[in-house]
Amino acid sequence: MDFDYTDEQKALKDEARRFLADASPIPVVRGVLDNPERGHDEALWSRIAEQGWCGAAIPEAYGGHEIGYVELCGLAEELGRSLAPVPFASSIYQYAEALLAEGSEEQKQELLPAIASGEAIGTIAVSEGPGTVSAKRMTTRYANGTLTGTKLPVADGMAAGKAIVLAMGSDGPVLALTDLSGPGVSRQMVQTVDPTRGAATIVFDNAPAQVLGEGGDGIAALARIHSRSAVLMSFEQLGGADRALEMARDYALERYAFGRPIGSYQAIKHKLADVFIRNEVARASAYYGAWALSTNAEELPVAAAAARIAGCNAYWQAAKENIQTHGGVGFTWEYDCHLHYRRARHLGLALGSAKVWKRKLTDLLEAQRAASQAERQAA
Amino acid sequence: MNFDDTPAEASYRAKVREWIAANKPDLTALPPEERLVWTEGHKNAMRQWQATKAAGGYACITWPKERGGAGGTQIEDVIFSQEETNAEIHDPYYITGLKMLIPAIYQFNDDAKFAERVPRAVRGEEIWCQLFSEPSSGSDSAGIRTAAVKQGDEWVINGQKVWNSGAAHADYGLLITRTDPDQPKHKGLTAFWLKMDTPGLEVRPIKTMGGDSELNEVFFDDVCIPDEQRVGNVNDGWSVVLATLMNERAAIGQSNGLTWSDMMDLAASIETDEGTVMDDRAFRDLIADLYVDLEARRLIGFRILTAISRGQSPGPEGSAAKLLWSGGTQTMMSEALDMLDQFGLVQDSTLSPRAGAYQQRFLWSCGLRIGGGTDEIQKNIIAERVLGLPADVRVDKGVPFREIPSGR
Repeated sequence: MDFDYTDEQKALKDEARRFLADASPIPVVRGVLDNPERGHDEALWSRIAEQGWCGAAIPEAYGGHEIGYVELCGLAEELGRSLAPVPFASSIYQYAEALLAEGSEEQKQELLPAIASGEAIGTIAVSEGPGTVSAKRMTTRYANGTLTGTKLPVADGMAAGKAIVLAMGSDGPVLALTDLSGPGVSRQMVQTVDPTRGAATIVFDNAPAQVLGEGGDGIAALARIHSRSAVLMSFEQLGGADRALEMARDYALERYAFGRPIGSYQAIKHKLADVFIRNEVARASAYYGAWALSTNAEELPVAAAAARIAGCNAYWQAAKENIQTHGGVGFTWEYDCHLHYRRARHLGLALGSAKVWKRKLTDLLEAQRAASQAERQAA
Repeated sequence: MNFDDTPAEASYRAKVREWIAANKPDLTALPPEERLVWTEGHKNAMRQWQATKAAGGYACITWPKERGGAGGTQIEDVIFSQEETNAEIHDPYYITGLKMLIPAIYQFNDDAKFAERVPRAVRGEEIWCQLFSEPSSGSDSAGIRTAAVKQGDEWVINGQKVWNSGAAHADYGLLITRTDPDQPKHKGLTAFWLKMDTPGLEVRPIKTMGGDSELNEVFFDDVCIPDEQRVGNVNDGWSVVLATLMNERAAIGQSNGLTWSDMMDLAASIETDEGTVMDDRAFRDLIADLYVDLEARRLIGFRILTAISRGQSPGPEGSAAKLLWSGGTQTMMSEALDMLDQFGLVQDSTLSPRAGAYQQRFLWSCGLRIGGGTDEIQKNIIAERVLGLPADVRVDKGVPFREIPSGR
């Protein structure tokens, strides 16, 4: 049994935490919050790229460093904790993983090296408006090598140079790869609840595109990609949730009311203990996801869905109770509590809401149950 | 990250699995009603199993060899327990004595009279129970009122204990008493070990709302205990309590029970106009929530094992796991009854699904949230020991015990 980071992985994580304390302190995060048109901090992105983090899980054959997925999970945890305003999630957890999992050999060769070095940024465009996109209601079309339609919101849609777009093809949904700086693409910044992670509305008007990999069912491919992204993002959620709990704890120790620290009241203690439990659920679930991702286990879809749900729950709970523990000052622009509240919601929606993932998880469990019953009957 | 045994752990597991398979008790020889824990038949079978383990060197794996143990590691002990669970061996009789009480007493007493008891406990000839809680001393575990007064070479005990698991079956007990009520609460306590058939001691089983009688009240009416059975120093009984509770954390084992997959089986068996309860949207969301929490509890167990396997002591995850289990079980059972609709009321071994196990656990789960440290105490533990928040203001601090308000 070895269900934890190794000492080497812990050392890497510690190093990442020190690096981010220096490179991404709160003023850097607020620099983007107060100037939403920036979308992300370019200097920080360059420094992160210099660290080689973008290529942590990308094979050397495609210009990466191939350090490993558990290591990438550790970096994600630290990025989440520091609230780093960078397009790492879109470019690495989503776009790079999409190419790795579903791209053709040629696409990987061509596109991954610039992603691994951080020179290029990619994203995935799925949402088209209110509600969950489905094959039935999808309006973006892919035909004759071009895309037409509107995607909204697209995370890091202004920063990204390339996008993988979910669109309806002639035989059903496909994932199409397109150049966002090419012809037929116009985009505009869109405001979100978390300005420290930029977003855009992207309009495609006969924009040249090619199918990702062999093509095939785009919704199924997206689900496979999302399983990978969800595990990685659950570590960002965990890092943020841990930090929000620490902030609440620190304030509960320092703030006095009725002659004693508010952290000595059980109303606060039990509330924060509940947050701790949600964080432990998220940690255990994320670690299981990391194991499944790093070993390509058949359990990955279930593990990823559980990690996603637990990560969404934990960060939401920690972020809102952090504000509540702070009281009035927690509600001000000046205090940092709202940064986590915003980020918790950003991460909680960016890959689809927890509600959608609950449905997915139960579907998977039901399919598993049916398969094991069929197996038993055959035996 | 992996879930594999180390090579040494794997070979130990293979060895004990084989040994357990070759030596395990055959409960099928008993009539069905005698296969349940706390029945005479089950108890005798487990007594025999304990003797077999002692002869095979598996009775007290982590104890030093000179005390009759195997000089093994914590992880070996965990592996053996896991394999016992896999072989469906459930033994509630000896764990309290061998994992909690005797190791604690040994920290304070190694005299010949106590040492004489130990091999008998190891062989399963004698069962031990814990005599700590009292009607006025539950979560407030130092609020002991049972009095011990020195008379010559003996102590005379008067008072009452409660919630004593297995006391009706026990041969010996570890008792905490108040010896100096003029000192503050945590001072002035003294511990003793004693025989459960000492004159003046009476055990009365408590029937719980779950219907079982594992718990007991124990009354002391001028019970005399020789001073040589005192554990540790006079008025230093709190150290004995702490030593025992430290072992309690280590003794928390794996547990089985109904889980999310049983809920899916039950839902799939209940028909609705749309198909089955499995097709109900709200129920599907519930299954996802149950899966996340209950699997997390299992995975947190792996994190505890990882610490043990690395030779570290487990962190605070145990309290989180306990809360997930107690709350999760109660929620799950209530939801099970709801999905049966009016039929959820029926608790009948021939009519109810799983012979009424959902109804039985619906009732029993209240105890899970109370026993072994209530939900509220577990949250205090997390808040104080993990998050470092201050203890609540204590009106009894430094006050002589006899002056502490008791509400009576």
